[in-house]
Amino acid sequence: MIEVRNLVKNFGSLEVLKGINCRIREGEVVCMIGASGSGKSTFLRCLNLLEQPTSGEVYIDGVCLTDPKVDLNKVRRKMGMVFQLFNLFPHKTALENVTLAPMKVLKLSPKEAAERGRALLAKVGLSDKADAYPGQLSGGQQQRVAIARALAMHPKVMLFDEPTSSLDPEMVGEVLAVMKNLAREGMTMTVVTHEMGFAREVADRVLFLHEGQILEEGTPGEIFNSPREERTKTFLSKIL
Amino acid sequence: MDIAIQIFPVLLLGAGVTLKLTVISVGLGCVIGLFIGLARLSTKQYLRVIGTAYVDFFRGTPLLVQALIIFFGIPQLINETQAWLTATYHVPKIVQNFRFDMWTAAIMACSMNSGAYIAEIFRAGIQSIERGQMEAARSLGMSHVQAMRYVILPQAFKRVIPPLGNEYILMLKDTSILSAIGFVELTRRAQLINAEMFAPFPIYMSAAFLYLVMTLTFSRIVDWLERRLKTE
Repeated sequence: MIEVRNLVKNFGSLEVLKGINCRIREGEVVCMIGASGSGKSTFLRCLNLLEQPTSGEVYIDGVCLTDPKVDLNKVRRKMGMVFQLFNLFPHKTALENVTLAPMKVLKLSPKEAAERGRALLAKVGLSDKADAYPGQLSGGQQQRVAIARALAMHPKVMLFDEPTSSLDPEMVGEVLAVMKNLAREGMTMTVVTHEMGFAREVADRVLFLHEGQILEEGTPGEIFNSPREERTKTFLSKIL
Repeated sequence: MDIAIQIFPVLLLGAGVTLKLTVISVGLGCVIGLFIGLARLSTKQYLRVIGTAYVDFFRGTPLLVQALIIFFGIPQLINETQAWLTATYHVPKIVQNFRFDMWTAAIMACSMNSGAYIAEIFRAGIQSIERGQMEAARSLGMSHVQAMRYVILPQAFKRVIPPLGNEYILMLKDTSILSAIGFVELTRRAQLINAEMFAPFPIYMSAAFLYLVMTLTFSRIVDWLERRLKTE
């Protein structure tokens, strides 16, 4: 479903990604772990071209995103993204946040969009907050709205960029629960996370990134119980 | 006081002209300012150059000089060009003794001038919106234009209401400069009355009073708008 070939990203003279190759299959949940600065967020942001890769190719469903002729706006609909800082639209209510893109991009009627929006808000457990503005919601609630907003485009894959890192500890659970549900329904997910419990329980595969490269990958059992690389061991011993 | 009461209706007429000119000019200035502001933020270099040149010129020269150029300078340029074309290439006369009427010249000068300031206000407003807003909109498949229109600009507009209100008040007072090209707004009206009655104190105090009524009313409207548009 997603294929990445030799992805390189430089910021000026700083090499952030040094040639990443990776495949993500349909229905797979892939968690990316690694120290801050290891390039995992940059890698995720290269998948929907929020960051323009310096070189290399990204394919989704056989379409090459890095081809300049590709209609990026069309391809991005297939990929929902959830951000660390939620990035909800503060001037719109929860429901309007969810319905905006379906109406403007997919040209759904307001009625169809609202139906879809209410169903998704119900799915993330926020039916009663449809008319609240983001400023009136807790962090956990905002992130759940953000997940509903991304799902409203009926994406084929969801990208999560440290979705719980800016949440108060007591709100992490509610967001992870929504993500677990999604995984159970068979959604293809790529998650940059520091939640090792989540990675262990939900991921099909865990990638350990170090200095812009995938240093080690495997099932959660392999990575967490018997890591091969010294760097992985050091990293895990620090955070577990 | 007698004089003030006696001249009040005539001065009020002038205040009406001032108000009308300001509202039209700031309105057009917002349209100009939006496009120039967006041009200055464009990724295309030629658009940035045009935007910057516009702001530099209209912010860097006095409104009075701009008004003089528009009202006297441009008609001369057009008429002489016409004369030269006719004399040299026998081009038929399209314009004869071209000149702007007062209202056109006044609106052009004020709206182009305030457009430069408003462009800077909009640019700052747009730049103050967190980068994540654009990223979220683009990640949902919106085009750059859609993201601007539905996500960035509505938030930016809300943030620029106070500086826009300030610009409106500045423009309301600056229209008095147009009295120098003979445009009869509130200040010019007061001068004309004074020339007839010679009572500068009550006449100019009455004019000041009318300016104050207009500016204070407007700042109250801005306060109210700001409160109403708060979502947090």
